[in-house]
Amino acid sequence: MGAAAARPPPGLGALSDETGLSPAALMRLHERFQALDRDDKGHLSPADLQALEGLALNPLCERIVGAFFPAGAQRADFPTFARVLAHFRPAEGAPCEPGGPSSPGSKLRFVFELYDLDGDGQISYRELLQVLRLMVGLEVPDEALAAVAARALREADRSGRGTLCFEDFAKAVERLDVDRRMSIWMLK
Amino acid sequence: MGPAPCLGLLLGLLALPATLGQRSSGSPINSSQPQSFAIVSFKWNHVKDPYIITLWILVASLAKIVFHLSHKVTRVVPESALLIVLGLFLGGIVWAADHIASFTLTPNVFFFYLLPPIVLDAGYFMPNRLFFGNLGSILLYAVIGTVWNAATTGLSLYGVYLTGIMGHLDIGLLDFLLFGSLIAAVDPVAVLAVFEEVHVNEVLFIIVFGESLLNDAVTVVLYNVFESFVAIGPENVTGIECAKGIVSFFVVSLGGTLVGIFFAFLLSLVSRFTKHVRIIEPGFVFIISYLSYLTAEMLSLSAILAITFCGICCQKYVKANISEQSSTTVRYTMKMLASGAETIIFMFLGISAVNPEIWTWNTAFILLTLVFISVYRVIGVVLQTWILNHYRMVQLEIIDQVVMSYGGLRGAVAFALVALLDMNKVKERNLFVSTTIIVVFFTVIFQGLTIKPLVQWLKVKKTEHREPKLNEKLHGRAFDHILSAIEDISGQIGHNYLRDKWSNFDRKFLSKILMRRSAQKSRDQILNVFHELNLKDAITYVAEGERRGSLAFIRSPSTDNMVNVDFSTPRPSTVESSVSYLLREKAGPVCLDMQALEQRRKSIRDTEDTVTHHTLQQYLYKPRQEHKHLYSRHEIMHNEDEKQDKEIFHRTMRKRLESFKSTKLGINHSKKLNKIHKRDRGQKRRNSSVIPNGKIPSENPVQDFALKEKDLEFSEPEDSNDYETLHLGKGVDFLADVTKQNFTDTPSGIDNPVFSADDGQSVYMKFSPWLSSEDTVVPSQRARVQIPYSPNNFRRLTPFRLSNKSIDSFLQADGPEDRPRSFLPESTHM
Repeated sequence: MGAAAARPPPGLGALSDETGLSPAALMRLHERFQALDRDDKGHLSPADLQALEGLALNPLCERIVGAFFPAGAQRADFPTFARVLAHFRPAEGAPCEPGGPSSPGSKLRFVFELYDLDGDGQISYRELLQVLRLMVGLEVPDEALAAVAARALREADRSGRGTLCFEDFAKAVERLDVDRRMSIWMLK
Repeated sequence: MGPAPCLGLLLGLLALPATLGQRSSGSPINSSQPQSFAIVSFKWNHVKDPYIITLWILVASLAKIVFHLSHKVTRVVPESALLIVLGLFLGGIVWAADHIASFTLTPNVFFFYLLPPIVLDAGYFMPNRLFFGNLGSILLYAVIGTVWNAATTGLSLYGVYLTGIMGHLDIGLLDFLLFGSLIAAVDPVAVLAVFEEVHVNEVLFIIVFGESLLNDAVTVVLYNVFESFVAIGPENVTGIECAKGIVSFFVVSLGGTLVGIFFAFLLSLVSRFTKHVRIIEPGFVFIISYLSYLTAEMLSLSAILAITFCGICCQKYVKANISEQSSTTVRYTMKMLASGAETIIFMFLGISAVNPEIWTWNTAFILLTLVFISVYRVIGVVLQTWILNHYRMVQLEIIDQVVMSYGGLRGAVAFALVALLDMNKVKERNLFVSTTIIVVFFTVIFQGLTIKPLVQWLKVKKTEHREPKLNEKLHGRAFDHILSAIEDISGQIGHNYLRDKWSNFDRKFLSKILMRRSAQKSRDQILNVFHELNLKDAITYVAEGERRGSLAFIRSPSTDNMVNVDFSTPRPSTVESSVSYLLREKAGPVCLDMQALEQRRKSIRDTEDTVTHHTLQQYLYKPRQEHKHLYSRHEIMHNEDEKQDKEIFHRTMRKRLESFKSTKLGINHSKKLNKIHKRDRGQKRRNSSVIPNGKIPSENPVQDFALKEKDLEFSEPEDSNDYETLHLGKGVDFLADVTKQNFTDTPSGIDNPVFSADDGQSVYMKFSPWLSSEDTVVPSQRARVQIPYSPNNFRRLTPFRLSNKSIDSFLQADGPEDRPRSFLPESTHM
């Protein structure tokens, strides 16, 4: 692993520009990518990610793993890996273009896409309920959960359609310090 | 029974040891010959010593009961402070009764009997991953921090002494340095006692906790070095002596650690073979750990380090090897001993203070000591944190530093060390003792009292005052979970390379030696699940986990749980009472969420709002970042996290099996055989006779065996070309279609594990998918859990249903009986 770790991944410069991560951070990520890639395949499979113990205990693990393998793909190469993780670069203090991958807007969009399973750009009541069910203990009866989901939807839905569009979602969580809560320092 | 009668009883009881103590010293020895046979006699001297000891322990324990009668007091005042005050009071009684200070905290008793249980408890329950992940920081604070504190305090006091403010004392520089070294060390007992009340984040906790444990080596070395320097006189202190001192630090610390590790190895090895002596299994843990302590003490190495590392290193193997009951026994006994020892320590600290012989008052000295230790602690922490933050992934923020500085409490270790000083060598011993007592009291009482409000004030300052809205809570929690996952994926937490190397080494060598065969096998199976997604093992694990962890996980299917929180009809009274019940329960520790809830409760009139917030508050899974109550002296943590982890883990594994199947099946038609295979194996595992079409298995009982033998490669979804096609007939195709429909159902349906299709079980539970898809009710996870393996017991389970839709699972249970009983998959497999 030593020799491989020293070799920079191809296209580092371009990737760095695209994701906004520094080359040093990308090197670290590349090392991590190679560490995760247990059989040295050169790409990640869902099993590689699922092998992480902490992930199995995370309620949203399936969704998050799914984010790395969009549209049912079974392979994730390093640029994909880096692009997803680029969302979690701390935006503050770094030169950040408003549309860059680590801006609060795109962090929110990342989360939005985790919720929005069918990809129609709207979070429906059912999707919200699904996510809620994931995050809540087993003993909560469905009626209570449905009440919670309905109320959450009602509070956030400004257009009255019964679904949340991205703007609704962003407005609902605007008070939360998205940047602080969705950043990892490693990428700074 | 209110506090007042208890207090009266306590006082009465308290007088007892005092008077008994007096009687022993006061009664004249009766030297005259007894005249006749005495039927009963009062043999006080015979039982005096054990009796008094036991009485004191009883008094201490009763005191704890009395304290906890009043929630209001215990919420504000830490228990340690209360115990000290009680000790002062008792000491006063003893003193008033007979002007002798008959009971003090002798260093021997402290170091041999009272300290080891506490440190062992700390080591055995140490969260290892966190500890070793932050070891660098911990070591920095423990070693450099303590040396810094000792040096600066000693030198500053000396400097002030030279200015003459303190008056004339028979002290030299070395005495000051000696005093500095014993007053510098942060005390594990005191720190834990206070930190239990203040819930801080896990990193902060482990750093302070770890520091308090590891600084013992430094303290021991400094203390011994300076004590011997004082003894040999300042003129004999040469460079060589100093060099020897530095070398001794390394020897003492590393030696102590090695002793601890050696005994941990011994303990784990012994626990491997205790299968037939289960009753005394717990005893080994204590005996061998105590031996490590004494051995290190004998070799003049750091005994605290020895017993700490003994606990840390043996945890994993001992817990894997000994039986469930033994494990519980060990935990409870350890907690009991540690808690008891801590209580006694604080009480005796109070009592020992009432001893006018030792009291020497020197205002300047005492005051300056207090000032110096506080100030230098703050400076030290700030400097070290600044250095550390350059190297750490997780930064230590200002509030962390404040808590760290403020939480640097001194305690009984300092007192015991100072009591050990020899009057002849250290002339001003009494002054030191008095000062130490004042310092310990100040830190424990004052700082202990004020740290909670301080933390609260700081935290609350940072957070918004407006209570969060529902969406913010919900999505905020989602953010936390996502961040946890991304941290795991990006490998931010911990030093993964070393940890992987260690776990490889551990798996290959250590566990083979130290863990029982059975424990290794089950642990290996867990690893297989993680790494290979081997279906058979995954199901085995789930079943094993349910069987083993069943006590916590399979809660009794009673309506108890529903009664407390009745959401179906949110009557205001019920909601209010349940919320207030929760509030009262959580009144003890600082729990800011509860405070937010309290505020919301007052301001929100809308019942529905309260209900929904309350639901979320209580039931949302906690992300890893939230403070897990990592260590508690006074409670065994049957933590909520365990339950949460189990639920999530089971759900995750089920989903993976599903998606794993669906990737294999949904995408590639030719792999329907795997589906059948898996399903059949799932069936066999679950031993259910319920399958979608009862006819099929009876057609192919032979093939089921054949299927069982085929160990198809499941781990690599891409490399799936090497399956043998099995001739299973048209029924199989039908089954394939049927089950494929099941899996495509799941993503669109509401993902309720209570109702969702489960992999190995769903196929048989969803027994008529062509009739209805989403309305089909599957028994909740807990109901499934209780389904045993043999089909004969199936009927018995009807009362055990846990899902809300009550009648449905009756139908469920009735269902399988209709199926042909000829098919008994379980009989030959697994």
